[in-house]
Amino acid sequence: MNVSEQEKTEIKENIIMLTGNHAAAHAIRQARVGVVSAYPITPQSPVVEKIAEFISEGKLKARFVKVESEHSAMAVLCAASATGSRVATATSAHGLELMYEMLPWASGNRLPIVLNLATRSLGAPWSVWTDHQDFITIRDVGWIQFMCENNQEVYDTNLQAFKIAEDPRLFLPVVCGYDGYITSHTAQPVKLENQEKIDNFIPPLNHHINLSDISQVKGIDPVTTPHIVKRVEGTAPGYYEYRYALQRSLENSINIIKEVHDEFAKRFGRSYGNGVLKTIKTDDANIIIFAMGSVASQSRVAINKLRSEGLKIGLIILKLFRPFPAEELRQFFKDIENIIVFDKDIGYGYEGVLSYELKAALYGLKNRPNIKGFIVGLGGRDVKTEHIITGVHNALNEFKQGIFTNKTEFLGLRLDELSDYDESTYFKSG
Amino acid sequence: MTDSKKDYQKILGSVQKPVIGEAGKTGTWSSKKPIIDLNKCIPVKSGKPSCFNCWLYCPEAVVTRTIPPEIDLVYCKGCGICMEECPVKAIKMEEVNPE
Repeated sequence: MNVSEQEKTEIKENIIMLTGNHAAAHAIRQARVGVVSAYPITPQSPVVEKIAEFISEGKLKARFVKVESEHSAMAVLCAASATGSRVATATSAHGLELMYEMLPWASGNRLPIVLNLATRSLGAPWSVWTDHQDFITIRDVGWIQFMCENNQEVYDTNLQAFKIAEDPRLFLPVVCGYDGYITSHTAQPVKLENQEKIDNFIPPLNHHINLSDISQVKGIDPVTTPHIVKRVEGTAPGYYEYRYALQRSLENSINIIKEVHDEFAKRFGRSYGNGVLKTIKTDDANIIIFAMGSVASQSRVAINKLRSEGLKIGLIILKLFRPFPAEELRQFFKDIENIIVFDKDIGYGYEGVLSYELKAALYGLKNRPNIKGFIVGLGGRDVKTEHIITGVHNALNEFKQGIFTNKTEFLGLRLDELSDYDESTYFKSG
Repeated sequence: MTDSKKDYQKILGSVQKPVIGEAGKTGTWSSKKPIIDLNKCIPVKSGKPSCFNCWLYCPEAVVTRTIPPEIDLVYCKGCGICMEECPVKAIKMEEVNPE
Protein backbone atom coordinates (compact mmCIF):
# COMPACT_ATOMS: atom_id res chain seq x y z
CA MET A 1 0.00 0.00 0.00
CA ASN A 2 1.31 3.43 -0.92
CA VAL A 3 0.97 5.96 1.84
CA SER A 4 1.79 9.60 1.16
CA GLU A 5 3.97 11.61 3.57
CA GLN A 6 0.96 13.67 4.56
CA GLU A 7 -1.06 10.58 5.36
CA LYS A 8 1.86 9.15 7.35
CA THR A 9 1.94 12.23 9.58
CA GLU A 10 -1.83 12.12 9.93
CA ILE A 11 -1.74 8.48 10.98
CA LYS A 12 1.07 9.13 13.49
CA GLU A 13 -0.80 12.05 15.02
CA ASN A 14 -4.06 10.24 15.43
CA ILE A 15 -2.99 6.85 16.70
CA ILE A 16 -2.81 6.93 20.48
CA MET A 17 -2.68 4.36 23.26
CA LEU A 18 -6.15 3.94 24.68
CA THR A 19 -7.98 1.47 26.89
CA GLY A 20 -11.25 0.06 25.55
CA ASN A 21 -13.13 2.28 27.98
CA HIS A 22 -11.37 5.41 26.80
CA ALA A 23 -11.81 4.39 23.17
CA ALA A 24 -15.57 4.31 23.84
CA ALA A 25 -15.41 7.71 25.57
CA HIS A 26 -13.57 9.25 22.61
CA ALA A 27 -16.16 7.86 20.18
CA ILE A 28 -18.98 9.30 22.29
CA ARG A 29 -17.18 12.69 22.34
CA GLN A 30 -16.64 12.68 18.60
CA ALA A 31 -20.25 11.66 17.96
CA ARG A 32 -21.13 14.97 19.67
CA VAL A 33 -23.67 13.61 22.13
CA GLY A 34 -25.89 16.14 23.87
CA VAL A 35 -26.68 14.34 27.11
CA VAL A 36 -24.81 11.69 29.11
CA SER A 37 -26.15 10.18 32.31
CA ALA A 38 -24.48 7.37 34.19
CA TYR A 39 -23.76 5.82 37.54
CA PRO A 40 -20.27 4.47 38.24
CA ILE A 41 -19.71 0.72 38.24
CA THR A 42 -16.60 -1.39 37.70
CA PRO A 43 -15.27 -2.00 35.06
CA GLN A 44 -17.19 0.63 33.10
CA SER A 45 -16.45 3.70 35.25
CA PRO A 46 -13.50 5.07 33.22
CA VAL A 47 -15.85 5.59 30.25
CA VAL A 48 -18.01 8.13 32.02
CA GLU A 49 -15.12 9.56 34.05
CA LYS A 50 -13.41 10.39 30.77
CA ILE A 51 -16.61 11.87 29.33
CA ALA A 52 -16.99 14.05 32.45
CA GLU A 53 -13.39 15.19 31.89
CA PHE A 54 -14.11 16.03 28.24
CA ILE A 55 -17.10 18.11 29.31
CA SER A 56 -15.19 19.96 32.06
CA GLU A 57 -12.35 20.71 29.63
CA GLY A 58 -14.82 22.04 27.10
CA LYS A 59 -13.93 19.34 24.57
CA LEU A 60 -17.52 18.09 24.54
CA LYS A 61 -20.51 20.37 24.76
CA ALA A 62 -22.89 18.06 26.57
CA ARG A 63 -24.90 17.90 29.75
CA PHE A 64 -23.75 15.24 32.22
CA VAL A 65 -26.65 14.33 34.49
CA LYS A 66 -25.50 12.81 37.78
CA VAL A 67 -27.99 10.30 39.12
CA GLU A 68 -28.44 7.99 42.08
CA SER A 69 -28.73 4.73 40.14
CA GLU A 70 -28.46 3.11 36.73
CA HIS A 71 -32.24 2.90 36.61
CA SER A 72 -32.37 6.69 36.83
CA ALA A 73 -29.53 7.03 34.32
CA MET A 74 -31.56 5.20 31.67
CA ALA A 75 -34.73 7.10 32.66
CA VAL A 76 -32.86 10.39 32.14
CA LEU A 77 -31.58 9.22 28.76
CA CYS A 78 -35.04 8.11 27.62
CA ALA A 79 -36.40 11.57 28.46
CA ALA A 80 -33.40 13.35 26.95
CA SER A 81 -33.61 11.28 23.78
CA ALA A 82 -37.31 12.09 23.49
CA THR A 83 -36.39 15.77 23.35
CA GLY A 84 -34.40 15.05 20.21
CA SER A 85 -30.94 14.90 21.78
CA ARG A 86 -28.21 12.38 20.96
CA VAL A 87 -27.48 10.46 24.16
CA ALA A 88 -25.13 7.78 25.47
CA THR A 89 -24.16 5.96 28.65
CA ALA A 90 -22.12 3.02 29.91
CA THR A 91 -22.62 0.35 32.53
CA SER A 92 -21.70 -3.17 33.65
CA ALA A 93 -23.19 -6.24 35.32
CA HIS A 94 -25.57 -5.31 38.16
CA GLY A 95 -25.74 -1.76 36.85
CA LEU A 96 -27.27 -3.18 33.69
CA GLU A 97 -29.58 -5.38 35.75
CA LEU A 98 -30.79 -2.36 37.71
CA MET A 99 -31.22 -0.51 34.42
CA TYR A 100 -33.11 -3.46 32.96
CA GLU A 101 -36.55 -2.13 33.81
CA MET A 102 -35.97 0.97 31.66
CA LEU A 103 -34.45 -0.87 28.67
CA PRO A 104 -37.71 -1.99 27.03
CA TRP A 105 -39.08 1.58 27.38
CA ALA A 106 -36.14 2.78 25.29
CA SER A 107 -36.64 0.19 22.57
CA GLY A 108 -40.45 0.33 22.73
CA ASN A 109 -40.40 4.10 22.23
CA ARG A 110 -37.75 3.64 19.54
CA LEU A 111 -35.20 5.90 21.22
CA PRO A 112 -31.73 5.74 19.59
CA ILE A 113 -29.70 5.46 22.80
CA VAL A 114 -26.14 4.08 22.69
CA LEU A 115 -25.00 2.08 25.72
CA ASN A 116 -21.46 0.79 26.26
CA LEU A 117 -21.31 -2.40 28.30
CA ALA A 118 -17.96 -3.43 29.78
CA THR A 119 -19.07 -7.00 30.45
CA ARG A 120 -18.81 -8.47 33.92
CA SER A 121 -20.13 -11.55 35.67
CA LEU A 122 -23.27 -11.43 37.80
CA GLY A 123 -23.29 -12.18 41.52
CA ALA A 124 -23.58 -14.16 43.62
CA PRO A 125 -20.88 -14.92 44.50
CA TRP A 126 -19.56 -11.43 44.11
CA SER A 127 -17.15 -10.97 41.25
CA VAL A 128 -15.99 -7.92 39.37
CA TRP A 129 -14.25 -9.92 36.64
CA THR A 130 -15.42 -10.54 33.14
CA ASP A 131 -17.76 -12.93 31.42
CA HIS A 132 -20.71 -12.37 29.10
CA GLN A 133 -23.49 -13.11 31.58
CA ASP A 134 -24.71 -9.50 31.83
CA PHE A 135 -24.64 -9.05 28.04
CA ILE A 136 -26.88 -12.05 27.35
CA THR A 137 -29.52 -11.22 29.96
CA ILE A 138 -30.84 -8.30 27.91
CA ARG A 139 -31.30 -10.29 24.72
CA ASP A 140 -35.10 -10.09 24.76
CA VAL A 141 -35.65 -6.36 25.34
CA GLY A 142 -35.44 -5.18 21.73
CA TRP A 143 -31.99 -3.57 21.65
CA ILE A 144 -29.38 -4.10 18.95
CA GLN A 145 -26.39 -5.80 20.61
CA PHE A 146 -22.80 -5.76 19.38
CA MET A 147 -19.83 -7.55 20.91
CA CYS A 148 -16.37 -6.13 20.20
CA GLU A 149 -12.98 -7.79 20.37
CA ASN A 150 -10.44 -4.96 20.62
CA ASN A 151 -10.19 -1.27 21.40
CA GLN A 152 -10.23 -0.04 17.82
CA GLU A 153 -13.35 -2.12 17.26
CA VAL A 154 -14.95 -0.55 20.35
CA TYR A 155 -14.28 2.91 18.91
CA ASP A 156 -15.43 2.02 15.40
CA THR A 157 -18.51 0.12 16.56
CA ASN A 158 -19.57 3.08 18.70
CA LEU A 159 -19.39 5.41 15.71
CA GLN A 160 -21.43 2.95 13.65
CA ALA A 161 -23.83 2.45 16.58
CA PHE A 162 -25.00 6.08 16.52
CA LYS A 163 -25.60 5.93 12.78
CA ILE A 164 -27.46 2.61 13.02
CA ALA A 165 -29.53 3.68 16.03
CA GLU A 166 -30.57 6.93 14.37
CA ASP A 167 -31.28 5.51 10.91
CA PRO A 168 -34.78 6.77 10.01
CA ARG A 169 -35.69 3.22 8.93
CA LEU A 170 -34.82 1.93 12.42
CA PHE A 171 -34.73 4.23 15.47
CA LEU A 172 -33.47 1.52 17.80
CA PRO A 173 -31.21 1.60 20.87
CA VAL A 174 -27.80 -0.10 20.59
CA VAL A 175 -25.50 -1.84 23.08
CA CYS A 176 -21.76 -2.00 22.37
CA GLY A 177 -20.39 -4.82 24.50
CA TYR A 178 -16.73 -5.54 25.18
CA ASP A 179 -15.00 -7.71 27.77
CA GLY A 180 -14.31 -6.07 31.11
CA TYR A 181 -10.55 -5.64 31.82
CA ILE A 182 -9.39 -7.72 28.84
CA THR A 183 -10.70 -4.99 26.56
CA SER A 184 -11.93 -2.27 28.92
CA HIS A 185 -8.65 -1.79 30.83
CA THR A 186 -5.98 -2.93 28.39
CA ALA A 187 -4.32 -0.18 26.38
CA GLN A 188 -3.90 -0.68 22.65
CA PRO A 189 -3.12 1.70 19.80
CA VAL A 190 -6.38 3.20 18.56
CA LYS A 191 -6.72 5.44 15.54
CA LEU A 192 -8.96 8.40 16.30
CA GLU A 193 -10.61 9.71 13.18
CA ASN A 194 -10.76 13.26 11.95
CA GLN A 195 -13.74 15.12 13.43
CA GLU A 196 -14.93 16.44 10.10
CA LYS A 197 -15.01 12.93 8.64
CA ILE A 198 -17.03 11.73 11.62
CA ASP A 199 -19.43 14.67 11.34
CA ASN A 200 -20.03 13.71 7.73
CA PHE A 201 -20.53 10.07 8.68
CA ILE A 202 -22.93 10.80 11.54
CA PRO A 203 -25.13 13.77 10.61
CA PRO A 204 -27.13 15.52 13.38
CA LEU A 205 -29.96 13.41 14.78
CA ASN A 206 -33.28 13.88 13.05
CA HIS A 207 -35.47 12.25 15.68
CA HIS A 208 -39.00 10.93 15.15
CA ILE A 209 -39.94 12.36 18.56
CA ASN A 210 -39.04 15.85 19.68
CA LEU A 211 -40.77 16.88 22.87
CA SER A 212 -38.66 20.04 23.11
CA ASP A 213 -40.75 21.44 20.27
CA ILE A 214 -43.53 22.92 22.38
CA SER A 215 -45.43 24.37 19.44
CA GLN A 216 -47.35 21.12 19.61
CA VAL A 217 -48.44 19.72 22.95
CA LYS A 218 -47.79 16.02 22.88
CA GLY A 219 -46.56 13.18 25.03
CA ILE A 220 -45.02 9.77 24.60
CA ASP A 221 -46.12 6.51 26.13
CA PRO A 222 -49.87 6.72 26.39
CA VAL A 223 -51.58 3.56 27.59
CA THR A 224 -52.00 1.31 24.59
CA THR A 225 -54.78 -1.22 24.63
CA PRO A 226 -55.22 -4.67 23.11
CA HIS A 227 -57.26 -2.85 20.45
CA ILE A 228 -56.79 -0.27 17.73
CA VAL A 229 -57.95 3.02 19.25
CA LYS A 230 -59.51 6.15 17.84
CA ARG A 231 -57.83 9.21 19.33
CA VAL A 232 -58.35 12.90 18.69
CA GLU A 233 -55.35 12.74 16.31
CA GLY A 234 -56.80 9.80 14.38
CA THR A 235 -56.67 6.02 14.54
CA ALA A 236 -53.74 4.76 16.62
CA PRO A 237 -52.05 1.35 16.80
CA GLY A 238 -52.56 -1.01 19.73
CA TYR A 239 -49.73 -2.56 21.73
CA TYR A 240 -49.60 -5.54 19.35
CA GLU A 241 -48.92 -3.33 16.32
CA TYR A 242 -46.16 -1.40 18.13
CA ARG A 243 -44.44 -4.63 19.10
CA TYR A 244 -44.83 -6.08 15.60
CA ALA A 245 -43.14 -2.95 14.25
CA LEU A 246 -40.29 -3.29 16.77
CA GLN A 247 -39.66 -6.92 15.86
CA ARG A 248 -39.86 -6.32 12.08
CA SER A 249 -37.48 -3.38 12.39
CA LEU A 250 -35.01 -5.51 14.32
CA GLU A 251 -35.27 -8.31 11.75
CA ASN A 252 -34.70 -5.86 8.93
CA SER A 253 -31.94 -3.98 10.75
CA ILE A 254 -29.36 -6.60 9.75
CA ASN A 255 -29.19 -5.25 6.19
CA ILE A 256 -28.96 -1.67 7.46
CA ILE A 257 -26.21 -2.67 9.92
CA LYS A 258 -24.23 -4.19 7.04
CA GLU A 259 -24.87 -1.10 4.93
CA VAL A 260 -23.60 1.23 7.69
CA HIS A 261 -20.58 -1.04 8.24
CA ASP A 262 -19.75 -0.96 4.53
CA GLU A 263 -20.06 2.80 4.43
CA PHE A 264 -17.79 3.05 7.47
CA ALA A 265 -15.26 0.73 5.78
CA LYS A 266 -15.33 2.90 2.66
CA ARG A 267 -14.87 6.16 4.55
CA PHE A 268 -12.38 5.05 7.20
CA GLY A 269 -10.68 2.00 5.68
CA ARG A 270 -11.38 -0.48 8.47
CA SER A 271 -13.84 -3.36 8.29
CA TYR A 272 -15.04 -6.14 10.57
CA GLY A 273 -16.14 -9.06 8.43
CA ASN A 274 -19.49 -8.03 7.00
CA GLY A 275 -20.38 -5.98 10.08
CA VAL A 276 -22.34 -8.89 11.52
CA LEU A 277 -19.94 -11.84 11.48
CA LYS A 278 -16.18 -12.08 11.14
CA THR A 279 -14.72 -15.12 9.42
CA ILE A 280 -11.16 -16.34 10.03
CA LYS A 281 -9.57 -19.05 7.85
CA THR A 282 -12.93 -20.47 6.88
CA ASP A 283 -12.37 -20.93 3.13
CA ASP A 284 -11.25 -24.57 3.28
CA ALA A 285 -12.59 -25.36 6.74
CA ASN A 286 -14.92 -28.20 7.67
CA ILE A 287 -14.62 -27.52 11.40
CA ILE A 288 -15.67 -24.14 12.76
CA ILE A 289 -15.29 -22.52 16.15
CA PHE A 290 -18.14 -20.15 17.00
CA ALA A 291 -17.55 -17.54 19.71
CA MET A 292 -17.68 -13.83 20.55
CA GLY A 293 -15.62 -11.20 22.36
CA SER A 294 -12.42 -12.22 24.13
CA VAL A 295 -13.18 -15.93 23.69
CA ALA A 296 -13.03 -15.36 19.95
CA SER A 297 -9.67 -13.59 20.28
CA GLN A 298 -8.25 -16.60 22.12
CA SER A 299 -9.72 -18.90 19.47
CA ARG A 300 -7.74 -17.00 16.81
CA VAL A 301 -4.58 -18.32 18.47
CA ALA A 302 -6.07 -21.79 18.95
CA ILE A 303 -7.02 -22.31 15.31
CA ASN A 304 -3.45 -21.60 14.21
CA LYS A 305 -2.19 -24.33 16.53
CA LEU A 306 -4.96 -26.74 15.48
CA ARG A 307 -4.18 -26.08 11.82
CA SER A 308 -0.58 -27.07 12.44
CA GLU A 309 -2.01 -30.43 13.62
CA GLY A 310 -3.60 -30.74 10.20
CA LEU A 311 -7.19 -29.87 11.13
CA LYS A 312 -9.10 -27.81 8.58
CA ILE A 313 -10.47 -25.47 11.18
CA GLY A 314 -11.77 -21.91 10.96
CA LEU A 315 -13.42 -19.38 13.22
CA ILE A 316 -16.67 -17.45 13.04
CA ILE A 317 -16.82 -14.49 15.38
CA LEU A 318 -20.26 -13.22 16.21
CA LYS A 319 -20.20 -9.42 16.19
CA LEU A 320 -23.95 -8.88 16.13
CA PHE A 321 -25.72 -10.86 18.84
CA ARG A 322 -29.14 -9.16 18.53
CA PRO A 323 -30.81 -9.33 16.13
CA PHE A 324 -29.35 -12.83 15.84
CA PRO A 325 -28.09 -13.14 12.24
CA ALA A 326 -29.72 -16.55 11.71
CA GLU A 327 -30.01 -16.25 7.93
CA GLU A 328 -26.29 -15.39 7.54
CA LEU A 329 -25.34 -18.28 9.80
CA ARG A 330 -27.55 -20.75 7.90
CA GLN A 331 -25.96 -19.66 4.64
CA PHE A 332 -22.51 -20.00 6.07
CA PHE A 333 -22.95 -23.29 7.91
CA LYS A 334 -24.97 -25.18 5.29
CA ASP A 335 -21.97 -27.23 4.17
CA ILE A 336 -19.98 -27.30 7.42
CA GLU A 337 -19.69 -30.65 9.23
CA ASN A 338 -18.58 -29.78 12.74
CA ILE A 339 -19.15 -26.72 14.91
CA ILE A 340 -17.72 -26.14 18.36
CA VAL A 341 -19.20 -23.27 20.38
CA PHE A 342 -17.50 -21.58 23.33
CA ASP A 343 -19.75 -19.63 25.66
CA LYS A 344 -18.59 -17.27 28.39
CA ASP A 345 -22.15 -17.33 29.71
CA ILE A 346 -24.91 -19.78 30.55
CA GLY A 347 -28.62 -19.68 29.95
CA TYR A 348 -28.91 -21.14 33.47
CA GLY A 349 -30.86 -24.35 33.49
CA TYR A 350 -30.12 -24.92 29.83
CA GLU A 351 -26.88 -24.44 27.87
CA GLY A 352 -24.45 -21.75 26.82
CA VAL A 353 -26.56 -19.17 25.02
CA LEU A 354 -24.56 -19.01 21.78
CA SER A 355 -24.69 -22.80 21.66
CA TYR A 356 -28.44 -23.15 21.79
CA GLU A 357 -29.13 -20.11 19.66
CA LEU A 358 -26.89 -21.45 16.93
CA LYS A 359 -28.61 -24.84 17.14
CA ALA A 360 -31.98 -23.13 16.76
CA ALA A 361 -30.76 -21.00 13.85
CA LEU A 362 -29.56 -24.06 11.94
CA TYR A 363 -32.77 -26.04 12.52
CA GLY A 364 -33.98 -27.66 9.33
CA LEU A 365 -30.70 -27.49 7.37
CA LYS A 366 -30.45 -30.43 4.98
CA ASN A 367 -26.94 -31.38 6.03
CA ARG A 368 -27.24 -30.81 9.73
CA PRO A 369 -23.83 -30.04 11.26
CA ASN A 370 -22.65 -31.54 14.54
CA ILE A 371 -22.71 -28.87 17.25
CA LYS A 372 -21.06 -29.07 20.64
CA GLY A 373 -21.01 -26.26 23.17
CA PHE A 374 -18.57 -25.63 26.01
CA ILE A 375 -18.64 -23.19 28.93
CA VAL A 376 -15.43 -21.25 29.50
CA GLY A 377 -14.06 -18.45 31.66
CA LEU A 378 -16.96 -17.56 33.96
CA GLY A 379 -16.08 -14.89 36.53
CA GLY A 380 -12.84 -13.98 34.78
CA ARG A 381 -11.23 -17.45 34.87
CA ASP A 382 -8.53 -17.37 32.20
CA VAL A 383 -9.65 -18.78 28.87
CA LYS A 384 -6.46 -20.42 27.67
CA THR A 385 -5.58 -21.57 24.21
CA GLU A 386 -5.25 -25.11 25.55
CA HIS A 387 -8.85 -25.00 26.81
CA ILE A 388 -10.06 -24.20 23.31
CA ILE A 389 -7.84 -26.92 21.84
CA THR A 390 -9.06 -29.50 24.41
CA GLY A 391 -12.63 -28.51 23.62
CA VAL A 392 -12.13 -29.01 19.91
CA HIS A 393 -10.47 -32.42 20.43
CA ASN A 394 -13.17 -33.63 22.82
CA ALA A 395 -15.93 -32.47 20.54
CA LEU A 396 -14.47 -34.10 17.44
CA ASN A 397 -14.10 -37.31 19.43
CA GLU A 398 -17.75 -37.24 20.46
CA PHE A 399 -18.88 -36.41 16.93
CA LYS A 400 -16.93 -39.43 15.64
CA GLN A 401 -18.66 -41.70 18.17
CA GLY A 402 -22.06 -40.14 17.46
CA ILE A 403 -22.46 -38.95 21.05
CA PHE A 404 -24.98 -36.17 21.53
CA THR A 405 -25.81 -34.47 24.80
CA ASN A 406 -27.39 -31.23 26.01
CA LYS A 407 -25.46 -31.47 29.25
CA THR A 408 -23.08 -28.53 29.63
CA GLU A 409 -19.36 -29.16 29.80
CA PHE A 410 -16.98 -26.76 31.57
CA LEU A 411 -13.41 -26.16 30.45
CA GLY A 412 -10.84 -24.80 32.88
CA LEU A 413 -12.63 -25.96 36.05
CA ARG A 414 -10.19 -26.70 38.87
CA LEU A 415 -12.24 -29.01 41.07
CA ASP A 416 -9.19 -31.25 41.49
CA GLU A 417 -7.64 -28.61 43.76
CA LEU A 418 -10.73 -28.67 45.98
CA SER A 419 -10.70 -32.31 47.06
CA ASP A 420 -10.57 -31.16 50.72
CA TYR A 421 -13.36 -28.61 50.39
CA ASP A 422 -16.73 -29.26 51.97
CA GLU A 423 -18.76 -26.29 53.12
CA SER A 424 -20.18 -28.17 56.10
CA THR A 425 -16.68 -28.56 57.60
CA TYR A 426 -15.08 -25.47 56.03
CA PHE A 427 -15.90 -23.06 58.87
CA LYS A 428 -14.93 -25.47 61.63
CA SER A 429 -11.39 -25.77 60.36
CA GLY A 430 -10.59 -22.09 61.05
CA MET B 1 -40.22 8.70 0.58
CA THR B 2 -43.32 8.28 2.75
CA ASP B 3 -44.92 5.98 0.19
CA SER B 4 -41.90 3.68 -0.01
CA LYS B 5 -42.02 3.14 3.77
CA LYS B 6 -43.01 -0.32 4.92
CA ASP B 7 -45.96 -0.63 7.31
CA TYR B 8 -43.70 -1.35 10.29
CA GLN B 9 -41.54 1.70 9.52
CA LYS B 10 -44.54 3.96 9.99
CA ILE B 11 -45.23 2.72 13.52
CA LEU B 12 -42.54 4.09 15.83
CA GLY B 13 -42.82 5.34 19.40
CA SER B 14 -46.29 5.88 20.76
CA VAL B 15 -46.92 9.62 20.68
CA GLN B 16 -50.20 11.34 21.41
CA LYS B 17 -51.83 14.60 22.35
CA PRO B 18 -53.07 14.84 25.91
CA VAL B 19 -56.84 14.42 25.99
CA ILE B 20 -59.52 14.16 28.67
CA GLY B 21 -60.57 10.59 29.37
CA GLU B 22 -57.60 8.86 27.70
CA ALA B 23 -58.09 5.73 29.80
CA GLY B 24 -61.90 5.75 29.55
CA LYS B 25 -64.46 6.94 32.09
CA THR B 26 -62.37 6.24 35.17
CA GLY B 27 -65.14 7.45 37.49
CA THR B 28 -66.67 4.01 37.16
CA TRP B 29 -63.68 2.59 39.10
CA SER B 30 -64.58 4.39 42.32
CA SER B 31 -66.27 2.85 45.29
CA LYS B 32 -66.50 6.23 47.07
CA LYS B 33 -67.09 9.76 45.83
CA PRO B 34 -66.02 13.07 47.43
CA ILE B 35 -68.67 15.52 48.63
CA ILE B 36 -67.62 19.10 49.48
CA ASP B 37 -69.31 20.78 52.43
CA LEU B 38 -69.58 24.33 51.08
CA ASN B 39 -70.21 25.71 54.59
CA LYS B 40 -66.63 24.77 55.52
CA CYS B 41 -64.79 25.26 52.20
CA ILE B 42 -62.27 28.16 52.57
CA PRO B 43 -62.71 29.78 49.10
CA VAL B 44 -66.49 29.62 49.43
CA LYS B 45 -66.52 31.04 52.95
CA SER B 46 -64.03 33.80 52.20
CA GLY B 47 -65.35 34.45 48.71
CA LYS B 48 -61.72 34.71 47.59
CA PRO B 49 -59.56 32.43 45.43
CA SER B 50 -57.59 30.76 48.22
CA CYS B 51 -56.55 27.34 49.52
CA PHE B 52 -57.50 25.11 46.53
CA ASN B 53 -55.55 22.22 48.05
CA CYS B 54 -58.09 19.80 46.54
CA TRP B 55 -57.40 21.23 43.07
CA LEU B 56 -53.64 21.16 43.68
CA TYR B 57 -53.38 17.63 45.00
CA CYS B 58 -55.93 15.82 42.81
CA PRO B 59 -53.81 13.31 40.81
CA GLU B 60 -56.48 13.12 38.10
CA ALA B 61 -56.99 16.90 37.72
CA VAL B 62 -60.75 16.53 38.05
CA VAL B 63 -61.20 19.39 40.59
CA THR B 64 -61.73 22.90 39.22
CA ARG B 65 -60.00 26.01 40.60
CA THR B 66 -63.31 27.84 40.97
CA ILE B 67 -65.57 29.12 43.74
CA PRO B 68 -66.98 26.71 44.67
CA PRO B 69 -64.55 23.99 43.50
CA GLU B 70 -66.31 21.39 41.37
CA ILE B 71 -65.40 17.72 41.03
CA ASP B 72 -65.91 15.88 37.74
CA LEU B 73 -67.28 12.56 38.97
CA VAL B 74 -67.15 11.07 35.46
CA TYR B 75 -63.36 10.78 35.91
CA CYS B 76 -62.87 10.92 39.70
CA LYS B 77 -61.43 7.57 40.79
CA GLY B 78 -62.44 8.16 44.42
CA CYS B 79 -58.91 8.01 45.85
CA GLY B 80 -59.73 10.40 48.72
CA ILE B 81 -56.56 12.49 48.48
CA CYS B 82 -58.67 15.70 48.38
CA MET B 83 -60.33 14.66 51.63
CA GLU B 84 -56.91 13.99 53.18
CA GLU B 85 -55.48 17.34 52.04
CA CYS B 86 -58.45 19.60 52.88
CA PRO B 87 -57.24 21.68 55.87
CA VAL B 88 -60.76 22.28 57.21
CA LYS B 89 -62.11 18.75 56.64
CA ALA B 90 -64.75 20.04 54.24
CA ILE B 91 -64.59 16.92 52.05
CA LYS B 92 -66.20 13.60 52.93
CA MET B 93 -66.09 10.35 50.97
CA GLU B 94 -69.51 8.77 50.45
CA GLU B 95 -70.26 5.23 49.31
CA VAL B 96 -71.19 4.98 45.66
CA ASN B 97 -74.29 2.93 44.93
CA PRO B 98 -72.85 -0.39 43.71
CA GLU B 99 -74.75 -0.70 40.44
